[in-house]
Amino acid sequence: MKDNQFLSVEDLVVEYTSNDQVIHAVNRVSFRLDKGQTLGLVGETGAGKTTIAKSIIGILPDPPAKVRGGRILLEGEDLLQLDDRHMQKIRGKKISMVFQDPMTALNPNMKVGHQIQEVVELHENVSRKEAEEHAKRMLEMVGIPRDRFYEYPHQFSGGMKQRVIIAMALACKPDLLLADEPTTALDVTIQAQVLELIKNLKVEQQTSMILITHDLGVVAGLCDYVGVVYAGEIIEYGTLEDIFDHPTHPYTIGLFGALPSMGKRVKRLSPIHGLPPDPSKLPEGCSFSPRCPRATEACKKAPVEMRNLGGTHECRCILADKPGDR
Amino acid sequence: MEPLVEIKGLKKYFRTPRGPLHAVDDVSMRFEAGKTMGVVGESGCGKSTLGRTIIHLQEPTGGKIFYEGEDVTRVTPKKLVELRQKMQIIFQDPYASLNPRMTVEETIKEPLALSGRYQRSEIDAQITKIMDLVGIARRMRMSYPHEMDGGRRQRVGVGRALAMEPKFIVCDEPVSALDVSIQAQVLNLLMDLQDELGMSYMFVTHDMSVVRHISHDISVMYLGQLVETSESEELFLHTYHPYTKALLSAIPSTDIHNQKNRIMLKGEISSPVNPKPGCRFAPRCLYATEKCLEPQTLVEVAPKHYVSCCRVYELNEDLKRGQDGAEQ
Repeated sequence: MKDNQFLSVEDLVVEYTSNDQVIHAVNRVSFRLDKGQTLGLVGETGAGKTTIAKSIIGILPDPPAKVRGGRILLEGEDLLQLDDRHMQKIRGKKISMVFQDPMTALNPNMKVGHQIQEVVELHENVSRKEAEEHAKRMLEMVGIPRDRFYEYPHQFSGGMKQRVIIAMALACKPDLLLADEPTTALDVTIQAQVLELIKNLKVEQQTSMILITHDLGVVAGLCDYVGVVYAGEIIEYGTLEDIFDHPTHPYTIGLFGALPSMGKRVKRLSPIHGLPPDPSKLPEGCSFSPRCPRATEACKKAPVEMRNLGGTHECRCILADKPGDR
Repeated sequence: MEPLVEIKGLKKYFRTPRGPLHAVDDVSMRFEAGKTMGVVGESGCGKSTLGRTIIHLQEPTGGKIFYEGEDVTRVTPKKLVELRQKMQIIFQDPYASLNPRMTVEETIKEPLALSGRYQRSEIDAQITKIMDLVGIARRMRMSYPHEMDGGRRQRVGVGRALAMEPKFIVCDEPVSALDVSIQAQVLNLLMDLQDELGMSYMFVTHDMSVVRHISHDISVMYLGQLVETSESEELFLHTYHPYTKALLSAIPSTDIHNQKNRIMLKGEISSPVNPKPGCRFAPRCLYATEKCLEPQTLVEVAPKHYVSCCRVYELNEDLKRGQDGAEQ
């Protein structure tokens, strides 16, 4: 691994404690991200995608959440070791986050323009006037007329609110943008507008991005790398081509099979049987083994390590030895 | 073939302080037994209101509803009870649509007992039959909704809808709240049940890939009106209305080697309160002209394929040839 890596997450472990139960939300997750690149984290509800993002930006609710191990290195600096004061300087400036639900992410009592201005004033050494002007420029950049600066969130539609949030997240030109299901709450034609916006900003500002989604179509249009998350682990990782052309982990293959396709029409979809494991009682071996059509006795015995399948393509399955073997 | 359910010029307006909100405006559709009509459109286009109005959860403002040829637009309460047994609905959110204080057994039992169709001794067997049909394990019989995951809850929702052996079911976004792997299970279940029992579905959704998978016919709605309707395969082969084209092109594709060019629509859906008489899509349409400010009509551009756009022949080369051919 290079030392000058932009972002590197190593063996991250996050647990939630509720009553006497320990929920294993993130289990030894590692990945790397270069400048200007986009990593897609895909997986189903409760897989731990959002927890990974919240750990990076340092907003895990503690308690009940606790980072139990690992390192998050941003340009060589371990974010987990920083105190609150340092993290506050990084949050919103170097790293920012776009949340799923535009309806609840804005302060309803504050004019949208001032919400953007606030971030700028906090992080940049500028006058009030300059911050306001900057906020207006940000609104324009996301396609909102600057005279709507003085309006309140309820005067905006869902798609426009999400643009305001993106404008806010990008106001200080962050090096890393964490986008947690940024378009899930939007209609498709509006989703297309917002995705196009994010795509252009990525090119213009050279922002690195982690895109969290359950929509494989959104990943296909936006990401360079993909990590498939299941039960708090990355079970397959690789370039967009690795994952979409040669899905190898039975869960990844299952995800593609369960999707109604616009291209080819199938009579029946192939659902993945059963349910994700209870994160307080994870299986001893491979976490997918109880649902896996190919599981053997060996799968159930010991945790499965990531295996390299050539290049950047990695997979957490003992049956995946040869590249492209399905 | 006579349709099972037919609506003609159905309207549903809501009163608002700023004037009438045209949720459903002059919509006509036919639903055939054993077939699925997919109704698609974005939030606020009136697709759910349409479904609810057809099954009399709301009174229509105008137009007619027919069930097996009989006019059921206005019905007596007694007749409504009868009708409700034939027309049912599956709601979007299985978390919200089940009574949290009722077990699976009680949820399915309620309609069975109320209908008076079954002897008390028969009801137990009937509940078991329905649970088997929708694939809920018998051990879940005494479970409450909070003890079940989303997929199972939706199976209970389906089971409750099926209890009275309806012939027509409005499926209002039944899989939108579910994860993909679970979504596939519920879609397969709905399709299997249709094969087995021959019901007619009105399948309301915003997800074009889901609708393509399940529907025989598709209707596209925009701001309370029908803009295009056709057989499912035909619609995906030949899309004529500018809105349908934009809607299809906006769907993120999982084919990484052929990322299509998206048609970017300007702006957002306008207000359905006091709409202007012309084409409602015109403010966002890339091809809008003066002509579009006049009221539009549905035109049959190909067999069973209707489009509501005055410029449809101008904008679609392949159609123009067809029209010329017909004139010669």
